[in-house]
Amino acid sequence: MNKDDISHLASLARIRLEENELEQFAGELPAIVEYVSAVNSMTDDTDVEPNPGVRPNVFRADEVTNQPEQFSADIIAEMPHADGRFLAVKKILHTED
Amino acid sequence: MTTLTELRAKFISGEYTPLQAVQTALDTIKEKNGEINAFLATYEDAIAEAETATKTYAEGAEVPKLLGMPIAVKNNILVKGKKATGASKILEDYTAVYDATIVQRLKAAGAIIVGATNMDEFAMGGSTENSAFGPTKNPLDTDRVPGGSSGGSAAAVAMGAVPASIGTDTGGSVRQPAAFCGLVGFKPTYGAVSRYGLMAMGSSLDQAGPLTNSVADAELLHEVMAGVDEMDATTIDVDTYPEVAVKDTYTFGVPRDFLKEGVDADVIEAFEKHIEELKSAGHEVVDIELPVFEKGLAAYYIVMPAEVSSNLARYDGIRYGFSAEGDNLLDVYEKSRAQGFGPEVKRRILLGTHVLSSGYYDAYYGKAQLVRKKMRAELDENFKKVDVILTPTTPTPAFKLGEQENPLAMYSQDIFTVPVNLTGVPALTFPMGTVKRDDKMLPIGVQYIAPHGGDARLFSVGKKIYDERL
Repeated sequence: MNKDDISHLASLARIRLEENELEQFAGELPAIVEYVSAVNSMTDDTDVEPNPGVRPNVFRADEVTNQPEQFSADIIAEMPHADGRFLAVKKILHTED
Repeated sequence: MTTLTELRAKFISGEYTPLQAVQTALDTIKEKNGEINAFLATYEDAIAEAETATKTYAEGAEVPKLLGMPIAVKNNILVKGKKATGASKILEDYTAVYDATIVQRLKAAGAIIVGATNMDEFAMGGSTENSAFGPTKNPLDTDRVPGGSSGGSAAAVAMGAVPASIGTDTGGSVRQPAAFCGLVGFKPTYGAVSRYGLMAMGSSLDQAGPLTNSVADAELLHEVMAGVDEMDATTIDVDTYPEVAVKDTYTFGVPRDFLKEGVDADVIEAFEKHIEELKSAGHEVVDIELPVFEKGLAAYYIVMPAEVSSNLARYDGIRYGFSAEGDNLLDVYEKSRAQGFGPEVKRRILLGTHVLSSGYYDAYYGKAQLVRKKMRAELDENFKKVDVILTPTTPTPAFKLGEQENPLAMYSQDIFTVPVNLTGVPALTFPMGTVKRDDKMLPIGVQYIAPHGGDARLFSVGKKIYDERL
């Protein structure tokens, strides 16, 4: 795992890392990855299905449980960029001006 | 040191009032928090709540279980109208828009939340040094860490500000700080307590639990918080697991091989002494083997970061929290997350992204899930022979601030606690003695592990072994 690998993971994770961070993580992560690779020797071919959990399907009635506007004002107040009742975001596509 | 049980008796007799208790809590925080940094915020409206509670006690009516009790809550648990930062810069100015289910239940039982406690950023760490708002110090020795990630919650009780606090435990984050600060800490059976309104870290591992001065208090708080919640589909009811009997004496299992490496000699010595005490109290103690369970740490550092990388994708600078200026949407995401997250959070997101990436998923996450299943089968087998499994809570007492620089060394602190979260069983920690470091006596904890749904067994045996000594 080198700096390029870290840089690729960072872009997948949407984190822009500085050069010094790339170096730091490229130094630290391989030892951790090697350590956790131990799981490969802890199972054998007879272990195939993971545990489904004790409550695999939980349903409730298909009905609206909130009151209209119950949380709206508070949620809008937390938006970094709001335009009235709308969330404002930067453009997604690059265009040639 | 005050317990909730003692406070309640005093409130009922009128010898002491909720108003005095809350005022004392706020005064203690004012006096000591500058040095300890256990609290990120205190709530002045607690005074008005305490006045109301004081009047209710004076009227002599039936009162709810926790009426007027000052409680501190870890800052990754949502309290409506209060800042919920997760000790991260990315949520520095975020105000919770609703109460977590456990907060609703604590409030309904009359508890008064006096403040929010410090923690490792998004509960990632074992020392509370990873907080974006500065480390918390251990009130028992301020050169040392209080443990983590619920270090603020542990320090809040240990510094005498509150009789009890709430933390969250993903891999030991309630139990380890409780052990480092000389407290009782409890991690419930997975699903016993709702996660609604907790900042998700490892969703298949996270549970909220109390940090207290007695086992009875931990039981009291757990009973208030526990139970099915329609807002969390993973919550369980009393019938989910077969009944785990509460008895007078138990057979304890000690995984001897687990204790062979990396545990301080005087911690082992105290642990052996604890075993002798159990025997003289009429319990049986036998050796057991848990070869897969004891290697759980490797599986944990796959499952947890994988879930972290997914759960923390929501902090993107768009809908709430810190948002950096950027040229386009992707730029906003990448800069907000780069500036908003600290190094340990980034480290775990990168690790999680790696183990989930195409071509690696089966070798890491897939295998780790199989290891979990195997660990569970191994536990089930052993719980046919023993009632409670016994380990030290941590391999060492509290370490010094700045002492653990290597991430892997820090992770190994959790060797006894993470297998419990991976398998979903309940575990209780309480002080089993002290060890001497630099002329100071530091507390260490013992961990009791019960089968799934055996929370009541742990409280019952813990009260007998620990509370009766108090």
